[in-house]
Amino acid sequence: MDLTILILQGIIVAATPLLFAAIGELVVEKSGVLNLGVEGMMIVGAIAGFAMTIESGSHLLGLVAAATAGAATAAIFAVLTQFLMSNQVATGLALTIFGLGVSALWGQGYSGQSTAPLARLHIPVISDLPIVGPLLFSHDILVYLSVALVVGVAWFLNRTRAGLILRAVGESHSSAHAIGYPVVKVRFLALLFGGACAGLGGAYLSLVQTPLWVEDMTAGRGWIALAIVVFATWKPGRAFAGAYLFGGVTVLQLHAQGFGVGIDAQYLSMLPYVTTVVVLVIISRDKARVSLNAPACLGKPFYASS
Amino acid sequence: MLRLELRKEPSRAMRYATPVLAVLLTILAGGIMFALMGKDPVEALHVFFISPLSDLFSITELMVKASPLILIAVGLSFGFRAGVWNIGAEGQFTVGALTGGVVALIFYNVPGIWLLPMMTIAGVLGGMAWAAIPAFLRTRYNANEILVSLMLTYVAILLLSVLVHGPLRDPEGLNFPESRMFHDSATLPILIAGTRANIGFVVAILVAITAWIVMARHVIGFQVRVMGEAPLAARFSGFLESRIVWLCLMISGGLAGMAGLFEAAGSVGQLVPMLPVGYGFTAIIVAFLGRLNPIGIVAAGLVMAVTYIGGEAAQIELGLPSAVTGVFQGMLLFFLLGIDVLVHYQIKSRRPSAVAAKS
Amino acid sequence: MENNAVALLELRGISKRFPGVLANDAVTFSVGHGEIHALLGENGAGKSTLVKMIYGVMRPDEGDMMLGGAHYAPARPSEARSHGVGMVFQHFSLFEALTVAENVALGMEREAASGDLNQKIIDISKAYGLPLDPTRYVGALSVGERQRVEIVRCLLQNPRLLIMDEPTSVLTPQETELLFDTLRALAREGCSILYISHKLEEIRALCESATVLRGGRVVATCDPRNETAKSLAEMMIGSELAAPPARDTVPGEVRLAVNGLTRASDDPFGVDLKDIGFEVRAGEILGIAGVAGNGQEELMAALIGESRSEQAATIVVDGTPVGCDGPTVRRAQGMCFVPEERLGHGAVPDMSLWENTLVSARTRMGLSINGFLKNGSAQAFATQVVAAFKVKTSGIEHSAASLSGGNLQKFIVGREVLQAPGVLIAAQPTWGVDAGAAADIHQALHDLMKKGTAILVISQDLDELMAISTRFAVIANGRLSTPRPVGEVSIEEIGLLMGGVHSDAVPASEAAHA
Repeated sequence: MDLTILILQGIIVAATPLLFAAIGELVVEKSGVLNLGVEGMMIVGAIAGFAMTIESGSHLLGLVAAATAGAATAAIFAVLTQFLMSNQVATGLALTIFGLGVSALWGQGYSGQSTAPLARLHIPVISDLPIVGPLLFSHDILVYLSVALVVGVAWFLNRTRAGLILRAVGESHSSAHAIGYPVVKVRFLALLFGGACAGLGGAYLSLVQTPLWVEDMTAGRGWIALAIVVFATWKPGRAFAGAYLFGGVTVLQLHAQGFGVGIDAQYLSMLPYVTTVVVLVIISRDKARVSLNAPACLGKPFYASS
Repeated sequence: MLRLELRKEPSRAMRYATPVLAVLLTILAGGIMFALMGKDPVEALHVFFISPLSDLFSITELMVKASPLILIAVGLSFGFRAGVWNIGAEGQFTVGALTGGVVALIFYNVPGIWLLPMMTIAGVLGGMAWAAIPAFLRTRYNANEILVSLMLTYVAILLLSVLVHGPLRDPEGLNFPESRMFHDSATLPILIAGTRANIGFVVAILVAITAWIVMARHVIGFQVRVMGEAPLAARFSGFLESRIVWLCLMISGGLAGMAGLFEAAGSVGQLVPMLPVGYGFTAIIVAFLGRLNPIGIVAAGLVMAVTYIGGEAAQIELGLPSAVTGVFQGMLLFFLLGIDVLVHYQIKSRRPSAVAAKS
Repeated sequence: MENNAVALLELRGISKRFPGVLANDAVTFSVGHGEIHALLGENGAGKSTLVKMIYGVMRPDEGDMMLGGAHYAPARPSEARSHGVGMVFQHFSLFEALTVAENVALGMEREAASGDLNQKIIDISKAYGLPLDPTRYVGALSVGERQRVEIVRCLLQNPRLLIMDEPTSVLTPQETELLFDTLRALAREGCSILYISHKLEEIRALCESATVLRGGRVVATCDPRNETAKSLAEMMIGSELAAPPARDTVPGEVRLAVNGLTRASDDPFGVDLKDIGFEVRAGEILGIAGVAGNGQEELMAALIGESRSEQAATIVVDGTPVGCDGPTVRRAQGMCFVPEERLGHGAVPDMSLWENTLVSARTRMGLSINGFLKNGSAQAFATQVVAAFKVKTSGIEHSAASLSGGNLQKFIVGREVLQAPGVLIAAQPTWGVDAGAAADIHQALHDLMKKGTAILVISQDLDELMAISTRFAVIANGRLSTPRPVGEVSIEEIGLLMGGVHSDAVPASEAAHA
């Protein structure tokens, strides 16, 4: 029983950074922009959060720094793609390469150091309940924040006027422009939000999961987050499911290694990546469904001739 | 106030000027970065950009670094022109090294002039096979080739690691995770005695020239260009999207595989887990810097090689971290993509309108 | 009609400049209260630019606007809407993946969009005879229904001025009549209407006054009810109209035969082709009319070979079945094609004119050997096209995107015609092209027909089809009516056919339009 709870707790810890990055990217893609630089924004968030926490001793400041750094990285992408009309795919790749480089440079002095992990909440009585307590009521604040984000984003997209405008911009930027909505401004804000989320996702790795700074510690999680958005067919609730599915695969693979399943550990390490491919194929094969759900302007550049 | 105005047609002059401008801006920004890090910017830039060109040995090292970048980037340029985004060249590079290397290890005690060509073919086929997975999944199941090819990179690197820890480990070695050393007829001939410059560079140049001819003068290149600029026109012209996707992934996968094999059979001489060092990703920058033109890519590959050698020199002489190279490369691509806007748009000052002036 | 002394909208000396073009040159006119005012002009006369400034999408470089006697300079559409100006766009500003109600809400201000919007939509659509279901997705609506969404969106804001940009180009004649009833009812309630069109008969039927634009300037103001279609046309074009070429050929053998062509669309919002069959003989032009979005794109893709059939016999060219083949094989068999979309489909925007000949003329003009391109031959062919079709360009090295719409269309038509096709298939050959270029293109099609080519023209422009085709059919909801000689079909019949009412089929889709 204890082991089951341990595994489930592990899944939550593995899924949370993916969820942050995926929900941010989901909003970005809903506005019609494809930012492939999630990996770069996450890793910059990871080092910014770690460095600030070490320097200030405050986890809160660390998290603020991570979100800010993620958003600042996204701002580079936003300026290039929204004002200078650069190719979104190429710019996203550049963002990842740049992010990995900057974080490695910044992290020089921090490798080998460690910090106390982000504290877990302890609510008297509730947290001490058997099973339910450790499973639901004794996590760090970011876990709850990530779940709140999913609910908040779903509410924002489907129930608010601003969310409607964001979806409209992603659906047809020329129509949105014709009616008078500020396409570039909406996309810029969405990108900053996506960057901040990715930054928090990265900080979760360096402040909770390990908590250490290791170069390239995101190890492809930004790309998996992108796959989760496709898996979710751009629906927040399904992004939640996707993040926990991938979290589950990661944790099971670790435990399988621990149990000494007769398979080489490195084969098991391939599992999350292979799962991503398999899931992508399953979701994408229904072309009609993907094209019905995908924002129609995803990845297309917008230039207002007037 | 400034605003951008769409040009009636793309500026040819800007097409050539923007990569040069991007390099200059990167050097400028690099100088500022060095100053912020407390280094003398002039000295640091000298170490970074001039010293790699100052002696024969450095120049041959440039050739060693540039060869895989050119090979991979030339392959990628086909796909990038057509809108087929293979970003898993690093994985195809790794698998190419593996399949070609396995041939060398099978015949580890059989020398022969046929061995190297056979290894090369195996390497190319290995890279192609790895690229065939995203090609098949995209054309058959509509799966995004960006994500699939990237995920397969992680798998390929793990695969190499598994194999050199296990079945491919040198049986006469000291239990290190590495294969036997390739013997002489399984390693690339050296161009200039006493250096590491090998025949791979010559092959890379020949491949670039061939690719340039195909791109400019052959229907294969034409359909790739039409597909990228106007997919509907490509269909109208009678080109099938699925065939172009396959074509681009086979070219880029094959060349990445060849580059991987050349790396294993060239400067490394065996299979080791650390064989993939990021050439597959850096080649993406090289492809764009070279304007997706094979001849431009040769120049861009050499420029990028300078940042590698310069980065190493800066590490030794100035104690700068090796990550500086990555930052440089990222900045270069940002500047390039940013000022690329000048090819299609021109900057105009916004004339204050009469209405606005009155109210 | 209470204060006719002051016009509702007044424009004084409005000018707007784009790179290399003066789109509007000191335009001055006014629209009275409750007046239906026509803005008449050819494509490219500057009508759209002008109304975009009135609606706040663009700002004028010079000049003043007055609305209801007050200074009026909207910086953005929401400001125009708050002044009571509504606009129905020619290319709808709608979002396919959103519902009718969401689309309406997006076109309104926040306060106006609150409350029970669905009920408001139902109420207003009933009051003006514009039936709409607010919960449906716009992507699933017909073109006529989409226009209703735009109109309802405007009406919900009680506009003083409603701008309609070429509204009938997507409607059947019957739908047009219904729209006119709605507009007249609105005008009676005091709403002014600015009606933009180049269709002369409509303007004579609907409008009380007209401002005629040519080359960005006002060239005439008149009461269209006192003018003839011919006199209006001459004001608009500025020269005498040439008579359409006579149809004096005798059709020969069947060159293109289409039998039982049935195909499901790849696009979830597309139209499925249902059992399409027709023949085109040497020396005739078959015209296919229809409201946009009734299967024309899908038919064109099937004919070009961009989407292929499983049965070769569905498309037969000069006795050879080609249904399973792609465009290259079909071209080798003698087919040439002019697609509807010039830039991006018929031509690659950023490629030079000579490279663009390689897009479709490789096979028939021998522009490649063993896959290697013969650039010299391509350049020679491009030069020939430019000369024969009087394409205005500073050289074949320039990109397709640098040509004006009419010149590019002449280039594309020329590229196909000069390949001496046995069968030519053209979609919207003169869409958005000025009258001079349109006449040249029609003449070229006519000459080709006389040489024995079988020609198929798919167009939404009824006048064009009446002028050039020898036989005529209508496509509606993916079905094609039986082709009949032009002159044997009345406009009323065509209207019914366009609405999907087939004399030879069960009128299943009638309910959808009732």
